[in-house]
Amino acid sequence: MKDTLALLQKFNAHPDSRCWYVAWNPKGTLLASCGGDRAIRIWGREGDSWECKTVLQDGHQRAVRKVAWSPCGNYLASASFDATTCIWKKKNDDFECLTVLEGHENEVKCVAWAPSGNLLATCSRDKSVWIWEVDEEDEYECVSVVNSHTQDVKHVVWHPTQELLASCSYDNNVCVYKEEDDDWECRATLEGHTSTVWGLTFDPSGQRLASCSDDRTVKIWKECQPGGGQGTDTAWKCVCTLSGFHGRTVYDIAWCPLTGALATACGDDGVRVFKEDETADPDQPVFSLSAHVPKAHSQDVNCIAWNPKEAGLLVSCSDNGEIAVWNYQSEV
Amino acid sequence: MSGGARLENANPLIFQRTGERLQTANDEDEDVADPIDDREIFDILSVSINDPEHPLSLEELNVVEQVRVRVNDQENTVGVEFTPTIPHCSMATLIGLSIKVKLLRSLPERFKIDVHITPGTHASEDAVNKQLADKERVAAALENSQLLEVVNQCLISNARTG
Repeated sequence: MKDTLALLQKFNAHPDSRCWYVAWNPKGTLLASCGGDRAIRIWGREGDSWECKTVLQDGHQRAVRKVAWSPCGNYLASASFDATTCIWKKKNDDFECLTVLEGHENEVKCVAWAPSGNLLATCSRDKSVWIWEVDEEDEYECVSVVNSHTQDVKHVVWHPTQELLASCSYDNNVCVYKEEDDDWECRATLEGHTSTVWGLTFDPSGQRLASCSDDRTVKIWKECQPGGGQGTDTAWKCVCTLSGFHGRTVYDIAWCPLTGALATACGDDGVRVFKEDETADPDQPVFSLSAHVPKAHSQDVNCIAWNPKEAGLLVSCSDNGEIAVWNYQSEV
Repeated sequence: MSGGARLENANPLIFQRTGERLQTANDEDEDVADPIDDREIFDILSVSINDPEHPLSLEELNVVEQVRVRVNDQENTVGVEFTPTIPHCSMATLIGLSIKVKLLRSLPERFKIDVHITPGTHASEDAVNKQLADKERVAAALENSQLLEVVNQCLISNARTG
């Protein structure tokens, strides 16, 4: 049996505008989407189709770029071009805006919750990454502002198990951050891409990081131990580069926490899934193209996300405002 | 648009406008599908975008030339190279953005649009090209009403051709 990527459903999520991002809640039962129409929509499955449960329209004054669910599933954070990050609290089918995080000088490009649920990271065109702490009373406080990038920061992602953060930028680099003496610092700068790095994802174990770029490649990075004790900078090496597969900018990448499959969202309208060769040397991994839908959408694919509970369930969204739901099946 | 400020390029070279497009038999045949070609893109750009500093079209200033427009209707790609009138032109990003916006508004959604500075004609061409290629930056910029107004002023809507 060949590996397949089959379309289950496609629907228009953001009328007359682009859908920038889509995110599964931790239980895998709800989808949050956001777009150029400044709205956030929550989708739930009704039998075989997806229905819009809630529309959050007045939270932001400009496009909403990304949304992120808290690990407990009760909160949603939204990052907007209006320079703010909104925190929403779920109350049954509705969400109320709990607080608005301000401070970035211009567009916020991403927001991400740490697995502990106590920390939040945001990044912006103002070149900075902000780390926020949240306490039991739902109070948010900025604890660090890190300026390691020299240009617009596009994405931030947390390590699945450790308190470690990675960011990527228009400056073509990836930065990795750790907390030292109550302050967050950049511990490693990963160079290698030749253009803007748009997306990042950790593998299920957190030992490797995958990045995707405007240079049309995907790079896999692995942390190597130089042999120092605590407090030393870590070193990350690029152990694999996937080139020649994508026709245009790769906007997003997602590593499935259940199966280890790697999916990409591309500006050539295609969705691709890569599988790792089990027999290869772990320090020199080999990935091959397992499934490819060339015209997944009629315009650029902006985001790709694996369902955290249902293996093979994949969602993508596009500049044409659509969300598509896919089933990926791989021969074992 | 200059409003009393010193112009960057006060004495531009003015080029002659291309003549009207000759109609072929196929063009007049209703049953033959009209693919989008280089000349059509050029027509869209040359008559409808003004230089920010002068009441002259980009064609008249030779900023946009037909030879530097590449269309592939089958593959849905449009590439436009434009030549700023002077190598340190600070309006280059604005001109490039206007070209991009005009094409986004005029062409079917299926087209991928690439706008670059003609290689070797601008001191910061890599930086300008990178900004124009970043759709997130372009989208955010166009949400800025002041910038959008400036871009719209560069794009005149009245038809100047037949």
